[in-house]
This record gives sequence, structure tokens and C-alpha cells, in this order.
Amino acid sequence: MIKVENLVKSFGATRAVDGVSFEVGRGEVLGFLGPNGAGKSTTMRMITGFLPPSAGRVSVCGFDVEQDPLEAKRRIGYLPEAAPSYHEMSVVSFLKFAAEMRGLTGQARRKAIANVVDICHLQGVLGQSIETLSKGFKHRTCLAQSIIHDPEVLILDEPTDGLDPNQKHEVRELIKRMGARKAIIFSTHILEEVEAACSRAIIIDRGRIVANGTPAELKAMSQTAGAVSMTLCGAAEQQVREKLALLPLVGRLEASAQPQERLTVRAFPGRSEDAAARGGSLAAALAQAAVREQWKIEDLRTEEGRLEDVFRSITRTDIHLEEKAA
Amino acid sequence: MGAWAVIRTIAKRELAAYFESPVAYVFLVVFLLLAGFFTFSLGGFFELGEASLNAFFNWMPWLYLFLVPAVGMRLWSEERRQGTMELLLTLPVAPWQAIFAKFLASWVFLAIAMALTFPIVVTVNWLGDPDNGVIVSGYVGSLLLAGAFLSIASMTSAMSRSQIIAFIVALMICLLFILVGFNPVTSLLSRWAAPSVVEVVAGFSVLTHFEGFQKGTVDSRDLVFFLSIIVFALFVTGVVIRNRRAG
Repeated sequence: MIKVENLVKSFGATRAVDGVSFEVGRGEVLGFLGPNGAGKSTTMRMITGFLPPSAGRVSVCGFDVEQDPLEAKRRIGYLPEAAPSYHEMSVVSFLKFAAEMRGLTGQARRKAIANVVDICHLQGVLGQSIETLSKGFKHRTCLAQSIIHDPEVLILDEPTDGLDPNQKHEVRELIKRMGARKAIIFSTHILEEVEAACSRAIIIDRGRIVANGTPAELKAMSQTAGAVSMTLCGAAEQQVREKLALLPLVGRLEASAQPQERLTVRAFPGRSEDAAARGGSLAAALAQAAVREQWKIEDLRTEEGRLEDVFRSITRTDIHLEEKAA
Repeated sequence: MGAWAVIRTIAKRELAAYFESPVAYVFLVVFLLLAGFFTFSLGGFFELGEASLNAFFNWMPWLYLFLVPAVGMRLWSEERRQGTMELLLTLPVAPWQAIFAKFLASWVFLAIAMALTFPIVVTVNWLGDPDNGVIVSGYVGSLLLAGAFLSIASMTSAMSRSQIIAFIVALMICLLFILVGFNPVTSLLSRWAAPSVVEVVAGFSVLTHFEGFQKGTVDSRDLVFFLSIIVFALFVTGVVIRNRRAG
């Protein structure tokens, strides 16, 4: 439904987006991750036809956004960053305007408005002018505008920014629900959101895609993926280290003392074996060793890896550069 | 959805936005007060002893010089400042439709302001027996003049995020369009330039082209003059908006 090919956007000498390609199909929710200024918003602005690309092309439902902008735009719902709206208007007249611009009139318009008011919980503020609303309501008003015509493609730039945890949860659930029938791209800084709502995630850094996969695949890229951590009660660190180091499956070991004489050891799988595949047996080996040595196990689990680690290890170079520059 | 339905929807929203803020009413009051002041005090409406609106229309270009840029300055700079431009231009609307619709809404607003000067027409008709055809043509000319100034304000508004800058630049351009045909300036010019040159220069003035309408002679050349300013300035508005997005 959304096809992005070799998209480039330069502002003067800087390349904000530098050869980005990906596709999103119906039923997919694509999470767009990346540090600030990585090119997420710029990419979304090109997909929605707000910014013309310097090179490359975007097609939405088969319509080229540059050649056939109106047809493409009809099929897109867009929540821009910071959720702009006409502040002097009331919520209901703003939604009426959005519906009319989408060609909805009469009964269809009334139904569409009632529907999004319901979805975005705007019942209580319909008559209020938007400038008097709280940030959460402003945000949801703009979100309502983006889904009023039940678009096939939904582009949401930081849809949960500025919402409280309950509202965040609701929007996430909404995205997940709508994702079954639509193609959705949303950008976020919140990594749990990607795990909670996305079927796929792209990490973008300095205008380039640096990772593309399901949340599970991305997590597996983490260094801690496949490591086993075990928390023991009343065991001596030195002894634990020595015993575990003898196990053939164990590579590197990390140990850290916890309060109340507890000790957490993290064992990484040895050598270059596929970390995730070996994880199960590594945990078993650790458990056996603990039983043999009569250590009291409090907790034992194989780590899936953390998206945050992946995110930071992939995009960290940027921070270093910025620090040097500063 | 047709192009005109889109234009109507945007124009309707724009016009409603004027009346949802107190600025519109302030503007209307200021406009009517100034129009009255210019007509009766500076224009010497009663002293002229004519049953005409000459005193009224004579001052229109100078009144519009300040008031029309004030109406037009927010057209695009406000969209840019609030970020709604991104919203508007990602709706299924061609940029020219949005530009024309917003221009149209402000033009209608100015037409409403003009329509509210009707007591002056009533007064003249009550006191004497004026040529109402001339009055109508005067209003048509005023409307075109306002449209030309407004399109210039639309253009400067697209150039800047700041309404103040948009206002000042629009005012300067409009002033230039007045001055090249303003008598003191043309007589100064004729001291060292050939009369034909002076005439060409004055041909670019809104005053020269507004004169015909005031006299009741609607010349197609005057019509074309105002309409081409409007078309040109709106076209430039489109170019500016496109270039700003192209980065």
C-alpha cells in the first residue's frame, strides 16, 4: 500500500533523508524509530506529499504522490508532528471542515464525525474552541481529523506525544485495532510502544535505515539477547564464577551483587553460536549447576534482548559525533 | 469532490475564522470610522455640494493601503506559524485551490466591510439625486482595488512567518503602486522625464486605473490591470509556497 523507493531529501548541503526504501502492506503497523533529527518527520512529510522529495519516489495505493497527489492524498490520513489545528475553531466545526474536505456531506458526514468523536473521546469538548483545550484533547482532535474518512493509509507522527499514560495506552490500542485493516506508519521515541503496537519496525539514523524487522528480530540483535540471567540467594560470587566458567556452553560471565545477599549472574552463550537457539540449553545447564552446588535459585530466565540496547548501539555513533561537535 | 467544492469549503472556513475572532469586528469598526472620517472631514463631503460619492471614493486607495494588508497579512503566515499549513496541504487539495480559496475568503470579508458603508449611499440618495450607476462602478473599482492589494498581501504573507513583516512589505508594495500615479509624484517626475515616460510610469498606478471607475466609465483595460495584478500576485504566492517546501 505504501511504497517508498530511494527517497532523498536535501536541505541545502545537508541530506535529511538519504536513500530510504521500504514497503508497508495492508494489515501492517510500521514503527518508525530514530533519534531526534534522524529524518523521521521529513520522510513522513514526503509520503504525505507535503514536502517534494529531492530524489526517489513514493506511491500510496498505487498512486505516485508527486504525479497524482490528489488521488494519493485522498487515501491518506495524516497526523502531523505537534498535531496542528485551527485554534480559533471549535472541535465540532474543525471536524466538520475536515469531513467536508474529504468529500463527506450530509448523513455520511454526521456519521463520520460521531464515529471519530466516539473513538477519540471528544464528546465533552465538542463545542469548545480548540485553543482552550488541554494538550491531550488538542492531540486527539487532530487525530480524529486524520481518521475521519477511514483512510486506507495512516501516517502518524508521534501520535502519543504529550499524552498521559492512560491516553497513550488507548492510542496504542487504537493503532493496533485499526492496523488490522490499514497500512499504518507511526513514529515514536517510546520503544515499548513499538513492541506493543507494531508488526514491524524501522530504525532510521542520519537519514538512513539502519535496522528493519519485526520487534522480535530487532531485539535479537541486542547483545544481551540469548543471555541467561540467574539470581541466587546466599551464594558467594567467587565460587559461582568459578563453577559456571567450567560449563562448556558459557562464554562471558557478568555478576552483580544485589541487596539481601543476592547475586545475579548473567551468562552469555559461548563463542559465535546462534545466541537465541542455544539459549534454552544454556538455561538448563545453569540450572543443573545450581542444583548440583545447592544454590538457591530465585529467578532464572533467558533474555530476549532489549530494544533499547539495540536502538542505542545502532544510533550511538551519532551522539558521539554530536558531543565532539559541542 | 470538485475543485469548486474544495474552494468553497476552505473559503467558508476562512471566512468563519475571521468572525470567530474579535479582530474582525475591530477591523470593521475601524474601517467604517475611518471611511466616515475621510469622507466627511478630509473629503469635505458636504462642502462639495455634489450628490456624488467622490469624497468617499477619493480616499479609498489610502484607506486600503493600511487596512487591506492588515486583513491579508495573516493569510499564510498564520498557517505557517500554527503548523496548519501542513494539515491543509496534505488534504486532497491542489495548492492553487487553497491559495485562491483563502484569497477569496478575505476578499469577501472586505466586500462585507464595503457593503456596510451603505448608509453613505442612502444619505446621498436622500439628500440629492446622484447617478447611482457611477456609485456602483465606484464600488466595483474599490472591490478590484482591494483585491489587488489583498493578493499582494497574500504574496508577502507566504514569504514570512511574521505577520508584521508581511504587513509592512505589503504596505510598501501597495504604496509604490499608489505613488507612481499620485499627482505630486508625477508632477515631480515630469520635470525631468519626457511626458510619455511619465505616462507609462503612471500607467502602473492603481490610482490611474481606479479613476475611471470613480467617473463611472468602466474600461476593460482597467479591469484587466487589476485582475492581472491579482492573478500575478497569487501565482507568486504559489511559487513562494512551493519553493519554501522544496527546501
